[in-house]
Amino acid sequence: MAKLTIDDLKKIKEKTTKETSLRTGAANIKITVHMGTCGIAAGARDVMSALMEEMAAADRQDIRVVASGCMGMCSSEPNVTIEVQDSEPIVYQLMDSNRMRQVFKRHVLLGEVQTDFALAKM
Amino acid sequence: MRELSLHVLDVVENGITAGGDCIWIEVDEARKNDQLKIVIRDNGRGMPVEKLENIDDPFITTRTTRRVGLGLSLLAAAARRCDGTLRVDSEPGKGTQVEATFRYHHIDRAPLGDMAATVGTLIIGNPGIDFIYAHRIDGKDFFLDTREIRKEMKDRSLSDPAVIYHLTESIRSSLEELASGDGTS
Repeated sequence: MAKLTIDDLKKIKEKTTKETSLRTGAANIKITVHMGTCGIAAGARDVMSALMEEMAAADRQDIRVVASGCMGMCSSEPNVTIEVQDSEPIVYQLMDSNRMRQVFKRHVLLGEVQTDFALAKM
Repeated sequence: MRELSLHVLDVVENGITAGGDCIWIEVDEARKNDQLKIVIRDNGRGMPVEKLENIDDPFITTRTTRRVGLGLSLLAAAARRCDGTLRVDSEPGKGTQVEATFRYHHIDRAPLGDMAATVGTLIIGNPGIDFIYAHRIDGKDFFLDTREIRKEMKDRSLSDPAVIYHLTESIRSSLEELASGDGTS
């Protein structure tokens, strides 16, 4: 039976060996990928996969990713909301994996809001 | 939805919205028997019998933001157009089980698609929720239980994106291995 063996887990562990002490800081950036039926049909899973890759590469422990439901703006899905502590949440619209990578690198990591992709300030 | 794995993602998100904290996902590809079965079970709050009667009617929904719900209706349509079925069992307080069957080689059956991405997306997007994922291809099994992983990797919780990324890759290659087998091993 093909099962994820302990060895596989150890390999994953080795690949991701990092200082765990970094993880003590609280999350002060929250990225919400809206995953209702509408979002999923429009490609939210690709957006999430790209985000996962970027997150894995960036290795920042203060960023939290969550999936949420439809927020009622199905026509602009996939939507992603970025909440940086002490600034207004920004909702991005019509996201895809490339836009997600750009928003992650510029907005999340550098603090530059990508107004071209933004739907609204909340 | 272009892939059945996207339906899986959608139905599992429903289960989580319904308050489930442990979700069972089962995919059984019996290519020789021309059968594909997908089962998703949650331990959420369940639904009353009245809702179940018309479960695939898009105007029956438990949501309160709007009067239509498309998730299960779309899955029912995807199953029925390839001689399949959709069955939903639910018990208030205990949870809900959704079972969809498909004729594997039916020309209208959507591809299963990237199940690894679905599972990875679920894990990264829903910290604190456990997933049990069993995938069988022609009698050979792949099995993953996030509760076991959490136990095994104490110091490196499943909230680390790098861990989830590698986990997703390893699911993907395991599934490829299962699918490419000719059933002799």
